[in-house]
Amino acid sequence: MSTKPAELNDLTLAEARDGLRAKAFSAREIAQAHIDAVARARALNAYLLETPERALAMADVADRKLAQGAARPLEGLPLGIKDLFCTHDVATTAGSRILEGFRPHYESTVSHNLWRDGAVMLGKLNLDEFAMGSSNETSAYGPVISPWRREGSEAPLVPGGSSGGSAAAVAARLCLGATATDTGGSIRQPAAFTGTVGIKPTYGRCSRWGIVAFASSLDQAGPIARTVRDAAILLASMAGHDPKDTTSADHPVPDYEAAVGRGVRGLTIGIPKEYRVAGMPAEIERLWQQGADWLRAAGAAVVEVSLPHTRYALPAYYIVAPAEASSNLARYDGVRYGLRVPGRDIVGMYEQTRAAGFGREVKRRIMIGTYVLSAGYYDAYYVRAQKIRTLIKRDFEEVYAGGVDAILTPATPSAAFGVGEKADADPVEMYLNDVFTVTVNMAGLPGIAVPAGLDRQGLPLGLQLIGRPFDEETLFAAGQVIEDAAGRVALPRAWWA
Amino acid sequence: MSVDAQTVRRIAHLARIAVGDDEVAPLQDELNAILSFVEQLGAVDVSGVEPMTSVTPMAMKSREDAITDGGYAREIVFNAPQTEDNYFLVPKVVE
Repeated sequence: MSTKPAELNDLTLAEARDGLRAKAFSAREIAQAHIDAVARARALNAYLLETPERALAMADVADRKLAQGAARPLEGLPLGIKDLFCTHDVATTAGSRILEGFRPHYESTVSHNLWRDGAVMLGKLNLDEFAMGSSNETSAYGPVISPWRREGSEAPLVPGGSSGGSAAAVAARLCLGATATDTGGSIRQPAAFTGTVGIKPTYGRCSRWGIVAFASSLDQAGPIARTVRDAAILLASMAGHDPKDTTSADHPVPDYEAAVGRGVRGLTIGIPKEYRVAGMPAEIERLWQQGADWLRAAGAAVVEVSLPHTRYALPAYYIVAPAEASSNLARYDGVRYGLRVPGRDIVGMYEQTRAAGFGREVKRRIMIGTYVLSAGYYDAYYVRAQKIRTLIKRDFEEVYAGGVDAILTPATPSAAFGVGEKADADPVEMYLNDVFTVTVNMAGLPGIAVPAGLDRQGLPLGLQLIGRPFDEETLFAAGQVIEDAAGRVALPRAWWA
Repeated sequence: MSVDAQTVRRIAHLARIAVGDDEVAPLQDELNAILSFVEQLGAVDVSGVEPMTSVTPMAMKSREDAITDGGYAREIVFNAPQTEDNYFLVPKVVE
């Protein structure tokens, strides 16, 4: 029997899985260790809701399964759930006042798949309101504070967004892994900001059923975890065809964990020259070069490629995503769930309810979406943006047709910034955080962010790998090469506890 | 293209969001910042390009035309702010 580590919540998900099966500790013990860690970390505001009783009840079931030798793939592993996933009889807010008090009578397919495989729910994680944001500062329930700090400073930093609670909780060892969602970079940018691994799979890989919708043609669920292997284990359970989502892909889910050790020998990695954006910090440029060198040293061929429409992805996104959001968020009308504010008549009730229930960023995006879809502007904005989306996708198709297996880019244009630091900037400055990630959503491709080093202030920086459609396996294989070469990031000590 | 104060009010009404007088000017600035950012799309030659309608090629599946769900009105209205006899209540719409 192996010895019990000092803190069970410091284990990786794979180590915890193996330890549970070896009976080194029980599911109840590791659930309790996490419940205690979560309770000590409220200063980070990562959890919107803690569900300790449910966690212990699920852990007891897991202990019985383990004792019977009938362990399911995630048996007894404590996870956090982004509060965009509907969870049966557990409040789901999407980070918005307009959904305060909402208790779904159903379970999202992705979270259902995790419980089916034996995982344990610790609670619901904070996020930007309706997943609209890059810093977790648009949450109606307050910002998440990153567990990371600049060297020699106590200034609070953002964990990124919109899956800021997920990324902070994983980095602070408040769960072994977490669910997240990504519409323009909301898994990969917070993963990069917190030294964690996040993968947005191919559009259609995970069911969107039961996930509060933002922009339906861009939204995808995926995991955030502390290692590439952990992310692979989680995605294998989350993914799969679901008849309840007509856009979910009817493809078998490969053994992602088996792909982790596959290496990159014989693969061709593309470096897109258009990602060398003006004003990119030298540190990011160096890290990118370093990543290419690591992959080359591991046996990959590295070639320069061109994705000529890259610069148009972000502006086109800021037409497509708000347009879809304005339509999706029409359902919050004070009639079926959540907040209701009385008005003069029914239209007044709608207008007062939505004015009181939505935050600034959400209102802004609904209004932009309403404008670009309105009579006289639809062709000039929306149809043009969808044509540009075709061109962006074609760029990738041509690169892949040329024999490239995956594309390497920086994950973000900078390291994490301070809470409130961008408050006075115009909204576009915040949007620029997603400049390297948003193309991937526009083209429906898989993308992974892997920690690759620290900047000179001691903050994590990540690299992104972009794959062919439904080839997440290559991303796990290449991601592991980067993780091995960079060395696992030393996560911050628990100053918050 | 940019929006004036009157257009901001019109969009807000279309979006069913009440905006106060003091909110119009800041919203106008923010919306115009976004619109000026997306202006650069006008430079792209999109002649002969089909607009994207599906990000991954897939045939829409159809299922058997059978009732597979339902019969739980109480759960449907469970989260509604105002209900009566399993109906949603709204302010009077027909005089």
